[in-house]
Parts: sequence; structure tokens; C-alpha cells
Amino acid sequence: MDDRGKAQYDVRTTLVNQYDVLIAGGGNAALSAAISAAKDGARVCIVEAAPKAWRGGNTRHTRNCRVAHDEGNGILTGPYPVEEYTEDLMRVTKGVTDVELAAITLERSKEVWDFLAENGVHFQPSLGGTLSLGRTNAFFMGGGRAMLNALYRTAEDLGVEIFYDTAVTDLQIEDGFFISATVTESWDTDASTPREIEARCFVAASGGFEANIEWLTEAWGPAAKNFLIRGTPYNTGGVLRLLMDRGIQTTGQPDQCHAVAVDGRAPKFDGGIVTRLDCVPFGIVVNAKAERFYDEGEDFWPKRYAIWGRLVAAQPEQVGHVIIDAKSIDLFMPSVFPPEKAETLEILAGRIGLDPTRLLDTVETFNAACIPGDFDHTVHDNCHTEGLEPPKSHWARPIETGPFYAYTLRPGITFTYMGVKVNRDARMVMENGTVSPNLFAAGEIMAGNILGQGYLAGIGMTIGTVFGRIAGTEAVRYVRN
Amino acid sequence: MFAIDLATLAGAHRDEVDRQMTVCNACRYCEGLCAVFPAMELRKTFAAGDLDYLANLCHNCGACYYDCQYAPPHEFGINVPVALADLREDTYAEYAWPRAVAPLFRVNGLFIALALVLAVAVFVAGFALMADSGALFRSGTEPGAFYRVMPHNTMVVLFGGAFLFAILSISVSVRRFWRAAGPMPVTVPSLWRAAKDAGSLRYLGGGGMGCNNTSERPDNRRRLYHHLTFYGFLLCLASTTTGTIFHYLLDWSAPYPWWTPVKIFGVLGGIGLVIGPLGLMREKVQRAEVISTGNKGLGAAFLWVLILLGGTGLLLTALRSTPVMGLLLAVHLGVVFAFFVTMPYGKFVHGLYRFAALMRHAHEHVAAHGKMPEPLKQPLPKTVTS
Repeated sequence: MDDRGKAQYDVRTTLVNQYDVLIAGGGNAALSAAISAAKDGARVCIVEAAPKAWRGGNTRHTRNCRVAHDEGNGILTGPYPVEEYTEDLMRVTKGVTDVELAAITLERSKEVWDFLAENGVHFQPSLGGTLSLGRTNAFFMGGGRAMLNALYRTAEDLGVEIFYDTAVTDLQIEDGFFISATVTESWDTDASTPREIEARCFVAASGGFEANIEWLTEAWGPAAKNFLIRGTPYNTGGVLRLLMDRGIQTTGQPDQCHAVAVDGRAPKFDGGIVTRLDCVPFGIVVNAKAERFYDEGEDFWPKRYAIWGRLVAAQPEQVGHVIIDAKSIDLFMPSVFPPEKAETLEILAGRIGLDPTRLLDTVETFNAACIPGDFDHTVHDNCHTEGLEPPKSHWARPIETGPFYAYTLRPGITFTYMGVKVNRDARMVMENGTVSPNLFAAGEIMAGNILGQGYLAGIGMTIGTVFGRIAGTEAVRYVRN
Repeated sequence: MFAIDLATLAGAHRDEVDRQMTVCNACRYCEGLCAVFPAMELRKTFAAGDLDYLANLCHNCGACYYDCQYAPPHEFGINVPVALADLREDTYAEYAWPRAVAPLFRVNGLFIALALVLAVAVFVAGFALMADSGALFRSGTEPGAFYRVMPHNTMVVLFGGAFLFAILSISVSVRRFWRAAGPMPVTVPSLWRAAKDAGSLRYLGGGGMGCNNTSERPDNRRRLYHHLTFYGFLLCLASTTTGTIFHYLLDWSAPYPWWTPVKIFGVLGGIGLVIGPLGLMREKVQRAEVISTGNKGLGAAFLWVLILLGGTGLLLTALRSTPVMGLLLAVHLGVVFAFFVTMPYGKFVHGLYRFAALMRHAHEHVAAHGKMPEPLKQPLPKTVTS
């Protein structure tokens, strides 16, 4: 039965020198490309820089993909037409998108559910606390890692050769024509062994550069050292840099990324979903100087959390502190780390390193500006401030009931947007505007073509699957000709 | 050997489950896999009884380990199947009655092996010494043949007594377990729901993909073998029950011909009770190291008892017309007696704690959400090309 796949899984076969399709990366986009190419009969090799336990890049931290559909299907609660999807994308990107590629992505997102389901992925209704996504987003049963495991099983069964701990360390490209790649097994050890692999085409599905702090510093300045990386430490942009050096055109700005405010105590890498905090709308957020800096109640948290990474990144020392009181502590999703807790605001200020007098002053000013109303965190309620700058538009209640709680916020980067420019066949575009015949890209490394700025929950995975499939299919078409 | 401080150990295992559940509760990706995570989501903090309840709700399918972004080598080190299994085994000792016998769970293999050997030895010796000479080596298929070897009333007193004590002990234990997680009514709908979920082993299905016993590749073998075991056991119970009816109501003594329900249930049940546990044993051997607990004795000891129970029963049926009938009857009765005696102090209790946990889950889930989620039907893909 599954012995074939299993053997291949556990026993590392040896890299041969010639493949039809060589794929760098091991996440959703890489596997979608590999499965598509292998089903069309190509000999496919995946080189994944991470060891097996960490395979899959940021896909392991995902949980859904946003897919257009004309009707609900028992798990998706209702229709999500392409037109509505398009409006949503245009709104968040403010039009900074390649219209042709965006249209392809959204139109072909209709096929994503069936493609994944056919390849072993199961789905579930939207998770608790994410009801707002129940109509638009297909949630993977068991999350992104379960989805990855299913795709890996399928890829193995199709004969795709997979090498972990193996990085692409050089690319031989002549005038936009891919010739071979240097791949290095055990690349981060002394026992690393580089070797050259020829392939008829190359698919770059190796993610962004968000784990490369040096590169982030080029874009963000010294503030970048205080960023937490929510996902894989293996997305250091090595392949992206190689491609840039070989004359591939880039798209997107290097400082554009998906960044949210996460718990300041999160690990430097791979903190994933649990480090998010949902408490901002229930309190106030102050910076290191104990001053408020943005409207905490502007809108529902799922619509605002993605701007708070940038907001906190712009503050001194890239830090923010949410201050809430006993009234609100049970109103949001539980946090992975317990909050700081104190009977008085002065003690709390001391615990989190703020000037107590200034914090008291900020809280008192805020409390005085709160207009009493009917508090209801499920709607845009009428609890707001007046005469306060910045205001708090909803859910504003005086912070006066002890004990008081504090969470520290840091910018957490999910992924970067700058990547290689591609055309509708997922082929890379050279700096001189010509299109490479056999260099393809899918996933994060080209997501910036569609997501110039802003973010729409679940669209990253959709771009990965759609362009992974296109890259795999087009690669085989090229090999056949 | 009995000096292990059970309370300290259970405390450590509870603390670990508490730590892991705090991470899981902030993630929730595994919500659809089983009942544990939805039950967890109804709580923000976890008291000892809550943790014991969650531990017994877990069917140990392993899916959440392979699906977890925080599993080792991640620094959060989340391994819910192992953490819950460790605590689950503690709870069997924790709620055991009388309390003094709790250490039997720590040395369960030894305890059950001793019980088996002793019981069989006593029955063989008893037959040899007390019944009329030669009873041990007597064949018999005519009504009443078994009772020449061992008088019926002796059998009833001995086995009835052991069985009633086991029922009493388990009842006290389950009641204490139930109360530890807080007061909750026992209702017919939650009873029915638990019976359906336990009877189908719904939560051994990894949310539909199967049980990840050996690797990232799920399958349904454990579920199949457990069904064979459990329904084999039920058939054996049905056999005994119909036997009792035959004896008292129809005034018809064992052994019975092959076509009676007593024999049909018994033989089918016996086959299940041999193949099922053998399969489960195989799955246990093949279980991935990363989701295996240190204590493998508890399950193995119970599986051996079941195999012997089914095996000796089948042998007795097959060979009852030969001179080894007397000896086989002694061995079979010895195993049955050992099974009754060890029932409250071995892996047998897992089924009752699990059932109680499923009932609590059904009740509290409906109270919080209005209804239980039905098992998901995955919309089938329309065939798509690569």
C-alpha cells in the first residue's frame, strides 16, 4: 500500500544529476508545483533547506486559504464571488497589484479547494474566534502542518524526490536561461557538500527574506533588530538574492511586509499564531514614554491587527504596552503568556518599565475623555472618547477596576512582499523585460506581484497554490517542447 | 517498589498538561481533530479535575502531534498525546478504590501476571484436589459436564463475588473521577451521544484522516483492531448472559451445542478478543517513538489478559470432547477469575473513564454551543487536472 512512499520518506535516496524540474523550497507553493509537474509525468526534485522536522516554511504556521466560490459547500458557509474577492483585494492593496496576475489568482482560487482535497487535504469549519472567515476561507483540518503532511504524502507517492537540509547555494543562469543549480546538503554544518544539479527548469518557491535581519535592516534601519519573526528562520532570501544577482527583475518594496503586533515575550522565530494578542480593543496601548499613539477601537480586531505591527515598529524601541483592567480580562482569546498583573497602575508601570506618573497621567486623561455608553464588544458600540488625541472610537471604558493587566507588544513579521517579477505563466521576468523560458517562481517569493501592500487573511496560501500549480504545469509544458 | 510518590508524579504530569493546554488554547488549529480541543476551549484556566477530564477524553490518535507547529524540536515542546497519556495513567491510580491499591497501576504488568498465574494455579489445583478424582482429565459435551468438574453453585459464588466487587470498585472510582471535574447532571442525551461516540471510536479518527500511530501517514488500523476487541468483548458478555438465561429460565445446562446463541456469540466474540488485541499489540510495537510513553506495561498487560480470555475460551470449545476439557476449563476459569479481579486495577478502566469523559463533553458542549458537531463529511473534489 503506502510502503513505497514510506521507504522514500525515511531512507534518503541519492540526488541524481539530471531532473526535469528542480524546486527550491518545501512549502505549499513548492509542493503544489511538484505535485502538478509529477502528475504530468515529470521527474521532480524538491530541495528544502530546513531539516524534515522544520519542513514547509511558513506553511506550517498557516491555517486556511481564501478561495472564491459560487456557493457554500457544507463547510464554507456561503458564496464568495470572484468580484467580491477582487473588491477586497483592491481595498487592502489600494490598487498596488498586478491586475492581470491578481485576476488569475482570484479566478483560479476557485480550483484550490478541489486541488488540495484531491491531494489529501481535509478541511474544517472556521475555528473558534474566526467566525468572520467562515464564508471566505477554507480552513485546513489540523492546520497548515496537517495540510503540508498530506501534500508531502501525495508528492512522495507520485515519486517526487525530496531532500531536506539541502539549500540552493548557487544558480547558473545565462541570459535568463537556467542551466544548473549548486545545491548543498547539510549546508549549515561543517560537513556541507556542494554539488551541481542540472535540470530542465527551476522553480523558486523558497519564500521571502523575513528571517534575514541584515536584509530587514537595509529596509527598516536599526529598528529591524527589535522585530520578531513569526515564522520559519529558514526564509533568509538566499535564492531571491541569487536571482537578483543574475538579473531577474524584482517587484515590491523591501519594507513592505505582513507585520502584526505580537506578544513581546515571543520567541525570536517561529512563534506563530499563539503569540498574537487580541486585547488591544479592550484597553489602551502606550509606548515606552507611556503615551498613547493610535485609536485602539478604530475597528474590529481582525480588521485592524495587521496595521499594529507597523504602528509599534514606528514607536521608540519598537515596543508597545496594552493596559487593561479587570473588566476586560475575560473578553478575548486566552494568551499564551500570562499578562503582568498588579493591584495598582503604579506597581504595574514599575513591572513593565514605564514611568508610573506618566502612565497614571495618560490613563487619567483617557478615563476623563470616555463617554459612557452601552458597551458591547460584538458591535461597533457607542463607548468612545471625546476631545482626546488620538481618540478611541469604540469600546472605550475607563481603566479603573483593579487588578490591572499589561501585555507587551513587539512588531512581528509574518512575511516580506518584495520578490521576483513573474508573468501569467509564473515565468520570471528579467530586468530588461524579457521573460525567462525556464525559470519559474511561486509562493511568497512572488506574492508581491499581487500583494503590493496590505493583507487579506488567507491570500498568501492561495497565491502559493495557484502559482505553484501554474509553475508546475508550465514547467512540464516547457520540458515536453 | 511502592515508594514512588504518586501524588508528586501526578502533579508534575498535570502541570505539564496545564502548560501545554495554555499554548493549545491560544492556537486552536487542532479544534477539528477530536473532542479534547473543543473541551479545552470552554476553559481559560484548568483545575486538576479539568486536566484529568481532558486526559481521559483523549483517544491517543496522535494526529495533533504530527499536525502541531509547536511539537519538538520547537522550544514550546508541545506533545499533547504523550502529556495526556502520562496524566491519564496517573488518573487510573488516582481515582482507584480502595486507595491503598493505587500502586498496583505502577507495577501493572507484574500484578496482572501474578494474578493470572495464581488464579490458574488455584483452579487447576482445586480441580485436582477437590473434585472427584480424574475430573481434571475428563471430556464432556453432555449437559452438566462442566459442573461435574466444578459445581455450578461454587462457580456462581466465586465469580459472582469477584465480579460484584469489581463493579463496586469501578463504580466508586468513576464516581470520584466524575465529581473531580465539577458537578454535572447525567442526562439521557449525553449518555446516548457518548454511547455513539464511544461505539464508533469517533475520536480515534484524527478528524477524518485516520490515526497517526506510526508516522505522518494516518491509517485506521487501531480503530479496526479496537472495534474487534471491544465488540468481541461485548459478544462474550452476550454469550455469558444468554448462558445465564438458558440455565435459569430454560433449565438447560452448559455446555451448549454450536448453534445456540451462547456458542455463536462466544465463538465470534472469542475470535474478536484474540485478533483485536493481537492487532493492538502490533500497533503498540509499531507506534512512533515520539508519541510513545515510558509506561507500556499497562496496555500490554490488559491485552494479554484479553488474548488469554478469548484464546482459552476458543480452545475449550474446540477441545471439549477430548480429555483435556477438564484442564482447559480450569485454565479458562482461572483466566476469567483473574480478569474479574484485575478489572478495576488495570487498563480495563480506561473505557469507563473515557465514556464518562465523553458524556461530560457531550453535555457541556451542548450547553455552551447548543449542539454537538456531527462528524465532518469532506465535500468530494470534482476531478481537477494538475
